[in-house]
Parts: sequence; C-alpha cells; structure tokens
Amino acid sequence: MDHITFLVAVVIITALAFDFTNGFHDTANAMATSIATGALKPRTAVLISGVLNVIGAFLSTEVAKTISGGIVDDTLVTPGMVFAGLVGAILWNLLTWLLGLPSSSSHALFGGLIGAVWVGAGSHGVQFAKVVEKVLVPAVASPVVAGVAALLATYLAYKLTSRARKESVTKGFRLGQIASASLVSLAHGTNDAQKTMGVITLTLISAGALGADAGPPLWVIASAGLAIGLGTYLGGWRIIRTMGKGLTEIQSPQGFAAETASTTVILTSAHLGFALSTTQVASGSILGAGLGRRLAEVRWGVAGRMVVAWLVTLPAAALVGGVSAGVVKHGGDVGTAVVALVGAAVAAGIVLVSRRNPVSAHNVNDAHEVTIRGAEPTRVGTAA
Amino acid sequence: MNLDWTALGQVAAVSLAATVAVVTVFALGVLGLARYEGAREEGGGTSALGLAQAGLCFLACGAVVAYGIHLIVPQFH
Repeated sequence: MDHITFLVAVVIITALAFDFTNGFHDTANAMATSIATGALKPRTAVLISGVLNVIGAFLSTEVAKTISGGIVDDTLVTPGMVFAGLVGAILWNLLTWLLGLPSSSSHALFGGLIGAVWVGAGSHGVQFAKVVEKVLVPAVASPVVAGVAALLATYLAYKLTSRARKESVTKGFRLGQIASASLVSLAHGTNDAQKTMGVITLTLISAGALGADAGPPLWVIASAGLAIGLGTYLGGWRIIRTMGKGLTEIQSPQGFAAETASTTVILTSAHLGFALSTTQVASGSILGAGLGRRLAEVRWGVAGRMVVAWLVTLPAAALVGGVSAGVVKHGGDVGTAVVALVGAAVAAGIVLVSRRNPVSAHNVNDAHEVTIRGAEPTRVGTAA
Repeated sequence: MNLDWTALGQVAAVSLAATVAVVTVFALGVLGLARYEGAREEGGGTSALGLAQAGLCFLACGAVVAYGIHLIVPQFH
C-alpha cells in the first residue's frame, strides 16, 4: 500500500464524504412523496431506500469509465483537482440541504470538477460543448418531460377513480407508491454510487496502486455503497419536507403518478445513454402531479427558489472547486490539508446552523417550510 | 456539439406513453379493488368482476415493475 500517498488518502476520504452527502441529499427523490402521503412511515422509507441503494451499488458492474463523462479532459485531471472538485460539491450539497432546496448532486460534482480543472489546468481542460450537451440540455428537458407525464397521469388517475370508494383509492395508490419509490431508490444506487467508485478507482489508477484497466476493488465498492446507503438512511429531512410538502400538497394518486413518471424518465434515459439529474426529474414530476389535480395548490415561490438553486449549482460548486484547486496547486500537501480543514469547518458550521431549526423524521410532515432561524418560522434564507 | 434530438424525442415519447399507461392500468386496478371492497362492505355479496379486474391490472403493473428491475440490474442483460 505504499502507493497510497497522503493526497490519495485524502481524495478517497473526500470522495466517500461526497457519496454520503449524495445519498443524504437524494433520499427525497425517491421517498419524499411516499412519506408525505403516509404510504411509508418516515423511518421505514429511509431504511428501504438506504438498503436498496447499497444493493444497487453492488449490482452494477459497469463502472463509470471516466470521472466526468467527458465534461473535462480526464488526461489533465490530477488527484489534487479531484479533491478540490469534491470539496466544492460537498459544500454546495450541504448549503442547499440547509436551505431545504433539492439541487442536483451530479451537477454539484460536475461543477466542482469544472472549476478545479479550469484553475488547475486551464480553460482548455473543460469541454464546454460537452457541458451543454450532457448537462444543460438534459437539465432543461428531463424535468419538463417528467412533469408533463406526471400531469397527464395524475389527471387520468383522478378522472378514472373519481366515483370510486375513497378509502380503497387512497389505500391502493399508497401500496403502488411503495413499489414505484423502491424502483427509484434502486436505480439511484446503481447510478450514483458508481460515480464515487469511478472517482476513487481512477485516482488509485493514476497513483499507480491499480493497473490501468482495473475495476474497483471490493473495498471500494463496499465503502462507496455503504457511504451512500448510510447517507440515504440518515435522510436529508429538510429536502424531504420541501419535496413532499413544500412544492404542493401531495395525495397518494399524485404520489404514485409522480414516482412512476420519475422512474420511467430515469430508466428510459439511462437506457439511451443520457446522464440526467434524478433530483430535477423528481421535482418536475411532483410539480406536474400538483398541476394535474384540480384545486391542488402549487407553491410557485418554492418552485422558483428551487429553479434558481439549479441554475446556481454548477457555477457555485465550480467557484469553490476553483478556489480549492488554486490552494492545492500552489500549496502542495499543506494546501491540501488547509482546504480539507477549512472545508470540514464550514461543513460543521452548516450542520450547527441547521440545529437551530432541525427537521427530522418526527416533524418532517408538520410544516411545509424549512427555516433557518427558529424564532421566525415564515421567512427563509437571508441569514446565510 | 452534436445533439441527438431523435434520442431526446424517444426518451420523451417513451416516458410519456409508459407513465400514462402504467398509471391508467393501475387506476383501473384500484377501481376494481374499490368495487370489490364496496360490494363486500354493503353486504351484497362480493364483486367477482371487481376482484378479477383488480387482479389483472395489478398483475400487469407487476410485470412492468419486473421489466424495470430487469433494466436496472445489468446482470440480467
């Protein structure tokens, strides 16, 4: 193990930390509507989702072949840049979690890497055409498609069952939700845990600890799977509240329609090779389901804040990634340690601030807003 | 830059059709279930038709779920 330098060890730990925030941030995608409609108890929902994420991580054999899917020039990427990019992604994930905003973990990772490579290797290391093709176009198209599908499906579901016995309808769709939410979780595990495995594996290869064509060793698969599963199980309750309660009040037929739309969009695009954000797909579906039920209230203010978060995610993570890459590049091991310590301090600070007005399994369904200051429950967000 | 509009259109069309189909069939199943439970509650015997409708529809949805798992798990390919 003499190939494992200080830097490589730090990259591995940071990658696992990112994987944890990824699971934590994305529990809501699969489970928010099931929790909101009472199809699953909050603790049960995150347990199912966590276990399915771990299973998904082990099932997938096709490892991410590149760190970034061609968005940056992988031949120019050093472990230091990967580290800087991951720091940017983690901090953005934590900040949006504090604000209860569902933003894309993949976009945060891409953004962090783009910033780090830009500063570390120059702007020629970033493939801007690929960024448009792989990130921007799916980011606009996928929530719209999911939203329209969920809208139509919701409308039909209510139309068809309007005269039927209310209890049977609610119960039937709740049971359906358990299946559709589980599929989203499984798909998430096979996709997102892969990204972290790819990052760790490619870092080990570049450090000479693994052969050029090596797959991920078992410990990498196991630790990445456990990190994302644990993150999922602990649950980003702030985001679950926004997606399950904040965008619109979800009933079980809407939850089923939304989750079915998310699942089909995720599966069809994965089948055809589109990378997309599970978060954006799930948010689009929920909005569509809100619009599909007559008299359902859609809170456009929340939706607007969420879209702003989507737009800012990539540049914000890129900025942090870029600054970190600058420090790592000029500061060497000391710089890396400084970035790691500052990053950990900021992360701890965000967690401390979240304690002022915690959202947990016990109170997730009690309100529809996520606030930061305990004393002032109606305003969100200027304190940061 | 080279956008594959055909693939994008395919994703949109397949997603839309699959979602609407699954939710419609499931809703019909729920309708059958409601009829069965309603008849049982009113004490007028049971609705065999409702039960059969629910069973068939849920079976069809179960098949779609199985296909979804097939798509997710690479070992099945």
